[in-house]
Amino acid sequence: MMRFILPLMLALAALPARAAIEIKEVVSPGGITAWLVEDHTIPFTALEVRFRGGASVELMDKRGATNLMTALLEEGAGEMDARAFARARDGLAASFRYSVSDDALSVSAQFLTENRDAAVDLLRQSLIQPRFDAEAIERVRAQVLSGLRSDEKNPQSIAARRFDGLIFGDHPYASSLDGTIETVSALTRDDLRAAHDATLARDRIYVSAVGDITEAELGTLLDKLLGDLPATGAALPGPADPVFPGGVDVVDFPTPQSVVLFGQPGVGQEDPDFFAAFILDHILGGGGFESRLMTEVREKRGLTYGIYTYLADRDHAQTWGGSVASANDRVAEAVDVIRAEWTRLQTEGVTAEELENAKTYLTGAYPLRFDGNGTIANIIVGMQMRGLPIDYAATRNDKVNAVTLEDVNRVAREVLDPAALSFVVVGQPEGLTGTSN
Amino acid sequence: MFRLTAAAVSLALSLTLGLSRPAMADEQVTHFTLDNGMDVVVIEDHRAPVVVHMVWYRAGSADEPAGASGIAHFLEHLMFKRTETMESGEFSRTVARNGGQDNAFTSYDYTGYFQRVAADRLGLMMQMEADRMVNLRLDDAEIATEREVIIEERNQRVENSPAALFREQKDAVQYLNHRYGVPIIGWRHEMVSLDRDDALAFYERFYAPNNAILVVAGDVTPDEVRALAQEHYGPIPANPALPERLRPTEPPQTAERRITFRDARVAQPYVSRSYLAPERDSGAQDTAAALTILAEVLGSGTTSVMAEALQFDSQVATFTGAFYSGMSLDKTTFDVVVVPSEGVTLEEAEAAMDKVLAEFLTTGVDPEQLDRIKMQLRAAQIYARDNVDSIANRYGRALTQGLTVEDVQAWPDILQAVTADDVMAAARMVLDRRQAVTGWLMAEEVTQ
Repeated sequence: MMRFILPLMLALAALPARAAIEIKEVVSPGGITAWLVEDHTIPFTALEVRFRGGASVELMDKRGATNLMTALLEEGAGEMDARAFARARDGLAASFRYSVSDDALSVSAQFLTENRDAAVDLLRQSLIQPRFDAEAIERVRAQVLSGLRSDEKNPQSIAARRFDGLIFGDHPYASSLDGTIETVSALTRDDLRAAHDATLARDRIYVSAVGDITEAELGTLLDKLLGDLPATGAALPGPADPVFPGGVDVVDFPTPQSVVLFGQPGVGQEDPDFFAAFILDHILGGGGFESRLMTEVREKRGLTYGIYTYLADRDHAQTWGGSVASANDRVAEAVDVIRAEWTRLQTEGVTAEELENAKTYLTGAYPLRFDGNGTIANIIVGMQMRGLPIDYAATRNDKVNAVTLEDVNRVAREVLDPAALSFVVVGQPEGLTGTSN
Repeated sequence: MFRLTAAAVSLALSLTLGLSRPAMADEQVTHFTLDNGMDVVVIEDHRAPVVVHMVWYRAGSADEPAGASGIAHFLEHLMFKRTETMESGEFSRTVARNGGQDNAFTSYDYTGYFQRVAADRLGLMMQMEADRMVNLRLDDAEIATEREVIIEERNQRVENSPAALFREQKDAVQYLNHRYGVPIIGWRHEMVSLDRDDALAFYERFYAPNNAILVVAGDVTPDEVRALAQEHYGPIPANPALPERLRPTEPPQTAERRITFRDARVAQPYVSRSYLAPERDSGAQDTAAALTILAEVLGSGTTSVMAEALQFDSQVATFTGAFYSGMSLDKTTFDVVVVPSEGVTLEEAEAAMDKVLAEFLTTGVDPEQLDRIKMQLRAAQIYARDNVDSIANRYGRALTQGLTVEDVQAWPDILQAVTADDVMAAARMVLDRRQAVTGWLMAEEVTQ
């Protein structure tokens, strides 16, 4: 029972970095680039590999192919079937994790120094020579289908799907990368092979490594691990151009507490107003206990356990999202308060004190995030995908501090849009009816 | 909970390379006690200029008086309100203005408060935490609003989740006499009437330095921590009336118990069984170690006994698992779960599970699997050093349940010393349906 739970954030623009860590760019003999932080304190390495595109490069009638393919990477490779691969992996001090999002396929690996070569060889086989055995496909497909059936009765999943469908039109972002029961049931081995070819290619790789490894060792590792992947993959989708209809969309679902997602257009990291918007979001709902929404909805009125907002800067869309959950007989009031706060912030802006407090927190918390090999590897691979310079860490706090009260309040006026603010409510809310177009 | 394959983690260590024992976990841990009885544990990690400051109280939901379920957790929320010297909310506001983060947590056996800040702010954190250990000032209006928050928290965690409602009922059936049968967050009908007197009674009874453990982890030295702790916590007197921590114990369970929980929101039925099991005790952790390894053997990952039999050799299940944690002050449980494949009934799934367990009791442990598991446990010690917060948690938790720093440090070697015979002895002891609760979670209508 925590006092509150931090929500699962989308790839946030709040990319931290710390001046004290030294990031080196390593280019392998074969031409693959990685960022490296050498730290020999603990005898292991954290390695992060990203393939840009992820599930958004697949054909929509094959929805779920990339997700199923990703889940099968560790279910047999080379000469090994699923169980042989698992035993081989259990014979190595390694942790391999494969996951896929709308924007990237991610491989997170940790391995001990003393058997690094064997671990990397096994990881390589899973990426380059996955078998997609019929037995494994059916076993994992059944797990995915079980998850899809559960999602149909989970208010969080229902809300997320409804919201994405509402704003993203026919872009891949509009549908769940897990696919549907129909599309997943119809996937063939050829579809999985095609998804593999489309996703895992050298033209979209980003790599970071942190820990007990040298530049030369990393260079060799990169070519061995990734050098045999195909040169190119499938084309990335174009911009998603989200459309926010405004109003409230109610999905009837019998459960005691309504789950609410809300959002409006966002601001990306490449936008000159990004840091002003980022600070604004912190004051509005991104800053945990100190945010206005937490104060108004939870602390003053007791309407929820937690309310959050976030700037979601995705590859093909920038949105400003939020979430809250309130009992069916109280959720209408929560929605009213959120709307009122959105409007108040847009018209009145923030105070000098709020801005100062936000800056103090954001600049102070920044270096504290860089506290472990795995964490740092994750952060710096994200920096690369976002196109940030390798010395970003040293300048990031200056950018936060450079934002003026005028900047924040101008962005509040120009970007916050109460008319576009759109709600999806899943539950049986009292006093709320669907009003969106 | 069933999407394990989509992002599966594997953790293992090599036998095949003739790997010698990996470099031992090199945790730098110091332990001392203040004159007022407050335990202090310092864990050094100088890689980043960060410190985690935690105060753990040996008081959780299982220490609540009957009729006031949820008060331990409610008090945890109220600890962020007004004190004699701080306004309501000032604690967290001050942490944030120093670039830090803070939160708190409540479980059956403990309540903990923590902040994560730049190392040079440690003194300020101690000053504020020491203040609210004794100076809380509760206001009725704030109590009423915060009670709505914990009700919404219960809605979010429990009422909206059939799996959580099922677990709550199952725990209540598992414990006839012990407070582990009462949910940490509380029964709703008792939560709605929790008041200032309930909160203050719990606070005054349990919040005192002689019932607290200070854990500081990160870029600090033991000498710095000792000086600061003496300055801020040292002046607080011990509570001479602190009660001895004696709880009702479970009677021997002699009859199998079963429940069926139905809810229209269930999409994926499953069968889950918990066996009453011993916990880790100071100086006596051997049985818990054998049970820890038994859970790995039976139900952790692709090469476990249950997965092999029910997901590979047959397709009875889409997910199987076995779970045990000895981190508990009193008797705990050893759990197994089977999620049946489509078209397989819960009855068939349970029968298949029982068949696997029965066969395991006759065939015994595969020695190669046991070796792999032990190597994984050794490797886990190395990886664990990357996260000083989790090391801090491990020590804090252990000390709230009567274990010592020495017990925590001995645990890895005790795990390594477990033999196949020990695992089988533990299996024969625990896998007895007469001391188990079997639960079926099902959809409202019988869809199978």
